[in-house]
Amino acid sequence: MALDIVRADSVGQAAGVLAGDDGARFLAGGTFLVRAITAGDVSIRTVVLSDGLGLDRIALGDPIEIGSAVTMAQVLGEPHLGFLHPVADSIGGPAVRAMATIGGNLFAQSPYGDFAVALLALGASVVSEGADGEASQDLEAFLAEGPPRGRIVRAVRFATPAAGAFRYLKITRKHPHGASVLSIAAVLPVPGGTLAGVRVAYGAMSPRPMRARAVEAALEGRPLDAAAIEAATKVAADGTMPEDDPQASAWYRRAVLPVHLRRLLSGEEG
Amino acid sequence: MEHVREFFAAERGDDGKAVGTSLARSDALGHVTGQTQFYADRQFPGMLHLKMVRSPHHHARIRSLDTSEAEKLPGVVRVITHKDVPANVYTILRLIQVEPNDEPVLAEDKVRFKGEQVVAILAESEAVAREAVARVKVDYEELPAVFDVEEALKPGAPLVNEYHGHNWFTYEGHHCRRVRHGDVEKGFAEADHVIEERYESSPIEHAPVETTGCIVVPEANGRLTCYSNTQALFFTLDNAGLILNVPFQKLRLIGGTVGGGFGGKVDVITEPVAMLGAMLTGRPVKYAYSREEEMQVSSPRAAERLYIKDGVMNDGRIVARKVRLYVDAGAYSRHSPYGTTKASAHMPGPYTIPNVSVDAHCVYTNRTPSSAMRGFGVTIGDFALEVQMDKLARLVGMDPIAFRIRNAYRDGDMKAHGELTKGAALVETMQAAAQIAGWPISAEDAAASSTRAGG
Amino acid sequence: MAKLPLIFTVNGAEQAEFVDGDALLVDVLRDKLGMTGTRVGCGQGTCGACTVLIDGAPALSCLTLAVRANGKDVTTVEGLAMGGTLHALQTAFAEGFATQCGFCTSGMLVAAKALLDRDPDPDRDAVVDAISGNICRCTGYEPIINAILAAAADLRGARSA
Ligand SMILES: Cc1cc2nc3c(=O)[nH]c(=O)nc-3n(C[C@H](O)[C@H](O)[C@H](O)COP(=O)(O)OP(=O)(O)OC[C@H]3O[C@@H](n4cnc5c(N)ncnc54)[C@H](O)[C@@H]3O)c2cc1C
Ligand code: FES
Ligand code: FES
Repeated sequence: MALDIVRADSVGQAAGVLAGDDGARFLAGGTFLVRAITAGDVSIRTVVLSDGLGLDRIALGDPIEIGSAVTMAQVLGEPHLGFLHPVADSIGGPAVRAMATIGGNLFAQSPYGDFAVALLALGASVVSEGADGEASQDLEAFLAEGPPRGRIVRAVRFATPAAGAFRYLKITRKHPHGASVLSIAAVLPVPGGTLAGVRVAYGAMSPRPMRARAVEAALEGRPLDAAAIEAATKVAADGTMPEDDPQASAWYRRAVLPVHLRRLLSGEEG
Repeated sequence: MEHVREFFAAERGDDGKAVGTSLARSDALGHVTGQTQFYADRQFPGMLHLKMVRSPHHHARIRSLDTSEAEKLPGVVRVITHKDVPANVYTILRLIQVEPNDEPVLAEDKVRFKGEQVVAILAESEAVAREAVARVKVDYEELPAVFDVEEALKPGAPLVNEYHGHNWFTYEGHHCRRVRHGDVEKGFAEADHVIEERYESSPIEHAPVETTGCIVVPEANGRLTCYSNTQALFFTLDNAGLILNVPFQKLRLIGGTVGGGFGGKVDVITEPVAMLGAMLTGRPVKYAYSREEEMQVSSPRAAERLYIKDGVMNDGRIVARKVRLYVDAGAYSRHSPYGTTKASAHMPGPYTIPNVSVDAHCVYTNRTPSSAMRGFGVTIGDFALEVQMDKLARLVGMDPIAFRIRNAYRDGDMKAHGELTKGAALVETMQAAAQIAGWPISAEDAAASSTRAGG
Repeated sequence: MAKLPLIFTVNGAEQAEFVDGDALLVDVLRDKLGMTGTRVGCGQGTCGACTVLIDGAPALSCLTLAVRANGKDVTTVEGLAMGGTLHALQTAFAEGFATQCGFCTSGMLVAAKALLDRDPDPDRDAVVDAISGNICRCTGYEPIINAILAAAADLRGARSA
């Protein structure tokens, strides 16, 4: 009931508090965490604020580095991240976008986590800090292993995709903004006329954002033509484990996924 | 139409010119400045927060109830069970002779829908109340549940509501509300075509932005003041008086400012328990639904299922209409017996049909009790009827407007429930609609009128 | 646990309170400062009724721990009217029937102000986006969208006049 508030001076110090206390959580935008506190999650006894730790910066080098406390609104305010604007713009209304952070989005469960879906397609790595110092991990592994206890995500890093190679679409029932029926992000580089280094990721098609390996394999090495798109569409739902929720049933998600994947790949949508 | 001005004539400043002009809302200034006071905008020192232990099951027997762990929690001031409620079983519309009482304020030996109120906790803060709720132990024996109106009427279906003894509301000795006019079977035998179609709707939640709730304050003069966002102040006052066994003048209801109602705030759920809490503790009590509660337990519009069977002639006249209609009341009556009567009275729609038979069933299931919502008992039926009219028009190859004008009731026509039609305006409305929509109608239809018989 | 100090500005006036760690900004505004114009419709970020501005950016006060407002500048619906003169948005909402039950109105006005402060000449899509986190169950949104466009035009006129 009583909640301790900790303002740390450094990420290392904050990570120390988290490591030493089961009831401690790192508070970024709070769009999930505060909701949990208000709903009566009594396991949360301490929050460590992300404020003032310098995690809210975007570095436009190569790779691009986005601090974990950067909000969707900040991404939208950065012209050099134009290809990510449709992603940030699809997450909640203006107030949610002004609060929700990139770091928090990595911890989201279906139907949320749309930014993480985009990062998965971009092949991002996650930089985190704990008692043993800083470490970098592939986002896919990070998502698979679950949130690291006592570690704080500092930033995500990814290489700028080739011009026009990044595609994103999100299907919602509520317009213009809503939770995902599903979302798809893809990086489709065609350096020499054929696809090379394809990455496709889904949101709301499993409990956490996932990569569509079968689709990637069906596309890799081929020109992005009707035959390749057909082959990818056939295996669209491979490995997916969608859930039933108020947005859509698992059945519906599986049924419409190939349609939206085809539209994304053929450029009709997204 | 005549404008009646006898009542409050001296207090009426209107000059009969309001129609067609835009009048400013009297509450707009309060709304745009944030000054409008909703019930929850009041604060009282020492106010307790009420949270409810709710049934996790759709249908279950309560074997035992253990509130001891909740009572031990610091900050918990009082725990209320059905034993504390002076007259626990009620039904809202008993005030207009709808019987029997069929709903407990707090569950006694059984729960009949998921989310039903079982135990009320009064605590110093919402957080403590919530934790105490989690500490109440209820031993349930799950019972088979029924969620479908027609399943519920079959022999051997689980009995939802013992106060009725069967899964339907009884209308003057009948298992449904009936309308009989002419001879439908004869009508079907004579018709050129007979079709039957099935229509169905889901429950619809009003989802007001302000959730249901109230604050009750015990006054020094022994009265209770209840600030509520109810849409039904007097239903609430009278039912609360009967439930608490206190004279009506001991209760003072203050309301009128409702953050969205749409019919969803006509039930009498939060006030009686909050009043009882205030009586038992002598302190102000607030009982406000969380968003989850609003969505899960507040009454939705009833789900309905309709079978409409029509006999129609090649020239477009409907000669017989038989309607079987089911209103899913959920576990308790609330406003559904009345809504079902409205549904039956609304059939066969605004059309003159010589042979009509309607059976409207008010059915109990283990779903959230349904209640009022904008035109309840009418809206879903209208949807079904008008889809049916389009299908019939297609069947006989007529334009849908022409088909409706042919069958529209005219002044002086006998309606199925034995009343003469007057003030009909359907023909004129359709003519106007056709004109606005640029929908061509024949010269004959354009000349038709509600005041002349025929079709 | 000891209470925590909270010193911040609300609608231009400095405020100082001691609050619990889990106190929400909306509760401090409503219960401690008596500014009940900020409404709570869900407590979970989905309705927008509790929208306020924190340092000019829209924020959901039901998802904001009060201590985080320390040192910040908060604007609520009560801060829209300047010295008794209604903000153009308030006038447009009242005149354009953009408010019915009024429960969503405060949040709508604040969300709209966030837009107009940033973009004085929004198109319809921008207006729809600006209020896309705010639910209104009464009006059907059209009068609200029109009122915001009307207020924007009004403010532009006032500025160029
Ligand atoms: C109305 C509404 C609409 C929404 N719509 C969408 C949507 O369309 N798409 C979508 O993807 N999401 C949506 N969300 C969910 C959510 O806002 C986002 O996923 C957001 O990015 C979460 O970030 P946060 O900063 O608010 O997380 P917080 O609530 O602050 O944190 C969430 C979890 O992540 C942990 N965490 C956060 N940052 C770090 C870090 N740096 N290191 C370690 N742990 C960390 C926290 O401890 C906590 O457990 C919506 C939420 C709301 C309320
Ligand atoms: S009350 Fe904050 S968004 Fe609904
Ligand atoms: S005016 Fe009632 S919710 Fe918007």
